[in-house]
Amino acid sequence: MTELPRLPAAGGCRETPILKQRGQREVFCGLTGIIWLHRKMQDAFFLVVGSRTCAHLLQSAAGVMIFAEPRFGTAILEETDLAGLADAQDELDKVVDELLARRPDIKQLFLVGSCPSEVIKLDLAKAAERMTQRHAPSVRVLNFSGSGIETTFTQGEDACLASMVPVLPKTDERQLLLVGALPDVVEEQAIGLLEAMGIGPIKVLPAPRAGDDLGIGENTVYALTQPFLGDTHDALTRRGARHLPAPFPFGEEGTTQWLAAIAAEFKVSPDLFEKVTAAPRARARKAIAQAAEALNGKTIFFFPDSQLEIPLARFLTRECGMDAIEVGAPFIHKGLVGPDLDLLAAGPTISEGQDVDLQLDRAKAAKPDLTVCGLGLANPLEAEGLATKWAIELVFTPVHFYEQAGDLAGLFSRPIHRADLLKLEGTA
Amino acid sequence: MKLTVWTYEGPPHVGAMRVATGMRDLHYVLHAPQGDTYADLLFTMIERRDHRPPVTYTTFQARDLGADTANLFKTAAQDAYDRFKPQAIIVGASCTAELIQDDPGGMAETMGLPVPTIPLELPSYQRKENFGADETFFQIVKALAKPMERTKQITANLIGPTALGFRHRDDIQEVTALLSDMGISVNVVAPMTSSPADIARMGAAHFNVLMYPETAESAARWMERELDQPYTKTVPIGVGATRDFIAEVAAISGNEAYLDTSRLRLPWYSKSVDSTYLTGKRVFLFGDGTHVLAAARIAQDEMGFEVVGMGCYNREMARPVRAKAKEMGLTATITDDYLEVERVIEALQPEMILGTQMERHIGKRLGIPCAVISAPVHVQDFPARYSPQMGIEGANVIFDTWVHPLVMGLEEHLLHMFREDFEFHDAAGPSHHGGHARKPEDGGGPAPQPAASPRSLSGKMNEGSVIWLADAEKELKKIPFFVRGKARRNTELFATERGVAEISVDTLYEAKAHYAR
Repeated sequence: MTELPRLPAAGGCRETPILKQRGQREVFCGLTGIIWLHRKMQDAFFLVVGSRTCAHLLQSAAGVMIFAEPRFGTAILEETDLAGLADAQDELDKVVDELLARRPDIKQLFLVGSCPSEVIKLDLAKAAERMTQRHAPSVRVLNFSGSGIETTFTQGEDACLASMVPVLPKTDERQLLLVGALPDVVEEQAIGLLEAMGIGPIKVLPAPRAGDDLGIGENTVYALTQPFLGDTHDALTRRGARHLPAPFPFGEEGTTQWLAAIAAEFKVSPDLFEKVTAAPRARARKAIAQAAEALNGKTIFFFPDSQLEIPLARFLTRECGMDAIEVGAPFIHKGLVGPDLDLLAAGPTISEGQDVDLQLDRAKAAKPDLTVCGLGLANPLEAEGLATKWAIELVFTPVHFYEQAGDLAGLFSRPIHRADLLKLEGTA
Repeated sequence: MKLTVWTYEGPPHVGAMRVATGMRDLHYVLHAPQGDTYADLLFTMIERRDHRPPVTYTTFQARDLGADTANLFKTAAQDAYDRFKPQAIIVGASCTAELIQDDPGGMAETMGLPVPTIPLELPSYQRKENFGADETFFQIVKALAKPMERTKQITANLIGPTALGFRHRDDIQEVTALLSDMGISVNVVAPMTSSPADIARMGAAHFNVLMYPETAESAARWMERELDQPYTKTVPIGVGATRDFIAEVAAISGNEAYLDTSRLRLPWYSKSVDSTYLTGKRVFLFGDGTHVLAAARIAQDEMGFEVVGMGCYNREMARPVRAKAKEMGLTATITDDYLEVERVIEALQPEMILGTQMERHIGKRLGIPCAVISAPVHVQDFPARYSPQMGIEGANVIFDTWVHPLVMGLEEHLLHMFREDFEFHDAAGPSHHGGHARKPEDGGGPAPQPAASPRSLSGKMNEGSVIWLADAEKELKKIPFFVRGKARRNTELFATERGVAEISVDTLYEAKAHYAR
């Protein structure tokens, strides 16, 4: 197999005490995941059962009106629905009938719970069951919660994928399952590399269409492509599938380790592994090196956002020469990001959850060269002279695997490069 | 329960945020779950604000429910006061917190904070963003403004501008200049730019200029009643409205009416021969009530357009918009259902839409040019340059903005003459719009297409099942795209009324003659 990663001499961050503060959080709720999930699953519709705030969030997060008629919408609760729950179920039936009549192309309908629907305890599981019977076999209706009282940003995708696992048919076939909604181009690259090693059959969750023959069982092994899929991981384990833990496939090193974990499971020879990965690895290293020039020796501070923070900190410190000051994540699942924590050299503060005002105080005191944060904080920090990288772009941009490793580094070097480039003062 | 794809307005607490973010030294403590913090990005990204909105969210989670959300609120309120030391605090609940009934207003009152604490009741499941802004500003004014001695010179308050408002930043400057030319200075601009201390001295002004009824009408009425301050009813958007506004201010203040028109270009630009091509352009208007009412007058009286439809999304303005529509022989579309607006536009086939960013999108889909006249706002609605809607410069800006999406006069004729030219066909769109091209499947229909298929039927079957014969379809394509929709509709109507099942070239021209009055 390939060479083992150099472990940090002073130890990794797995045992570093985690700073947990309780205060205002400045994060999206899980509904936001619908923005990319509805593009990935082409015959699915996401119906949020919530308030005008939910509809407004989706619209604002999507950048108003990207799609003429999107495959998502909000059933807005009104005063009358709040009076009695029986009514709300009937009303929901009406909305869904109307929707399915207008969009016969829909094969999967997700009823998505929100803060208000959770608080009034509107039983969407019951609704989904009833509707599945009513609209079978043409439409399958599932439910999950994207509410801000239970989920943070990318946890919405996790909840969605987890809701799909129990209804997958059983199969005893020996297969590899890749889990996580990736842009098509990236997904195809990963499959291409694995197939070149003779690994197969390879399935993907979420599948682009409901009818795609995806089953699961005890001979299924799976690799997660995103670090935020904790509930999906549990659901897959319950179906008897086995997880292949590895660092996440960001950067050359992460991708290699991720592929190596799968290759080991499928007993791929070191020669073949080397043959398949040598060229893309070299390309990735070269591309990273270009972007890393601007990043080398620079400090970075992560506000919690997408749960990608720990794997990205590992990539930026080990492959781009950056120094992490604080790595904040909304939620740390050591079962998933443990291998990344092992590789991340001890030193940075590791924080989970947040009190945004206290965290801003720390960031301002530390004066990092680059701050990774949400859109609500970016311009205010820029105005104080701190270069920032919007975290949401990391979820909307193809950044996984070898061919995107340079782009990933570029996302971080661009704000620093830009700050150097602009000459906005006179020279006198 | 109502199915919604896109919304024109956010929830009412976003309206309250617009007031709080526009002001200084005021803080908003909002009982809300973590996801509601998305609203910050509206201000920091769309408006490019360099400060976080002055809002503390309690960000309660599922595990807090039934346990200590009330305590969480108190801690958040105390922390917010200690950290930001505001002159006043407004407190309220978002949609979710409204359901758990913690009564943030009552709790805040019992905390004994050393500054005024103003509770807000914003019913999230009944009302929307504009109501939230109007009600919040009203409550702040009611709590802080007091009757007091008037300033010696005649002064006015400008009321209504908020954060995230459509061109509010520049309208303030324009209206300030109009008043200044009449010897009237501005006492307080609120909510935008003011602090709670400024609100407290609003009573010193002689009258109020109500810039945006959407966000300040309740406050204006209250101040008229309690502070004895009259307020202006004319919104100075457009040349005629600006002149009327000046007259109204003169009547209220007793100062002589004066309007410096040396920079006013709209009237001459509209009269100049190049504008002949604007005559009778069929336009559809949609947006907030105030901007639509202003646009209706400008479109008809100052641009020479024909208004073929109008409406607004805020029900609060339904009455005046309906009245104006009736006066113009139309029925107003009052709805916040985006799909309904799209259906109306599709049926009317206007030559231009004057709408919001949402209608701009509809226009893109249908191949109809669109200029934006109203919120909801988009990052493009905060241009770096000075770009008001009100007053003299506002009129100039509106002329440019509305004319820009249209094909120029001579260009229109050339497109007609050289329709078959491979580069200069109508689907190429206006020459001054780089990189723009209509999608072939769009409603307006493209020019360069292969000859009609042997099926010789239009793909488009209307409700009356009128069929377009191949020759007629081809002839229709020769009509310039900007009137083609109208021609198609008129011909189909003509055929249906006469029970003609198939449209031939003759039917097309008979219809043309029939409608050419």
